[in-house]
Amino acid sequence: MTNMNGQRLRLFTFAAPSRFYSLSGSLLPWLWAAAALLAATGLYIGFFVAPTDAQQGESYRIIFIHVPAAWMSMVVYLAMAGWAAIGWIFNARMASMLARALAPSGMVFTLIALATGSFWGKPAWGTWWVWDARLTSELILLFLYVGYIALVEAIDDVRRADHAGALLAIVGAINVPVIYFSVRWWNTLHQGATITMNAAPKMQSTMLTAMLLLTFAFWAYAFAVVFVRARAIVLEREHDAEWVRGLAFATRNSA
Amino acid sequence: MNWGGASEFFSMGGYGVYVWGSYGITAALIGFESWLTLRRRQRALRDALQAASAEAQR
Repeated sequence: MTNMNGQRLRLFTFAAPSRFYSLSGSLLPWLWAAAALLAATGLYIGFFVAPTDAQQGESYRIIFIHVPAAWMSMVVYLAMAGWAAIGWIFNARMASMLARALAPSGMVFTLIALATGSFWGKPAWGTWWVWDARLTSELILLFLYVGYIALVEAIDDVRRADHAGALLAIVGAINVPVIYFSVRWWNTLHQGATITMNAAPKMQSTMLTAMLLLTFAFWAYAFAVVFVRARAIVLEREHDAEWVRGLAFATRNSA
Repeated sequence: MNWGGASEFFSMGGYGVYVWGSYGITAALIGFESWLTLRRRQRALRDALQAASAEAQR
């Protein structure tokens, strides 16, 4: 075998479900630990170091989970659409499995963003819900996640389901910039971006630290739970493969 | 330190319902998702083992 072929082989070996399974398995304890540690530190700073807000009193402390969850709901969607597209274009099984593994976590982050937003809207605006651009587009994101999950679960042929899901995910991705820029494009009750690329943050530094620590905690959690779900999907789909049988016997013998 | 005592901490300056409601629902959703996902992987591994054993006995 030539050197070039050897390299190509190695590239595809990393994308193989068996390789993903063992690699993610060794990362998982660190990801769970990082999520717990970052969340504990962020919550401590958020509740015991960050001062009371001059305008909103203590109700502003919802921001420490609301903004990170809203960010994650969009980032996870883009990751899901990206992996779904790669899985479709290159006929890569593992990419399609990752797309499916991301969807429920994105849905959970969207639910958290909507629920905490509602709990914040009541004291800040006097209403649990308002049909403005930011809230409505985030609700559409929830429906996109639900629609994607329902669609891929409804089609029995696994690869056809992956392709149909990819189409929905890619078309729906247009909603993500709409959510992000909605506060600029339309008049809205919702406040503007908390952090932008080209301006200094308008928050006090301890508040910002707490929010960023919880953002990293959510990232670590997202990786952990998506990896676990992807490993489950790999086992469900590849249960006939030689390596899964070997793994099953190895687990039994070690138990 | 922001709080004079536990009751002051839990009342959150009168916003306790909203703040703890937010954190409570977040904890519940994350806990529930983790539990469901870890259970799904355990079941998938158990099913793979059963399939492999059944195959080996034939």
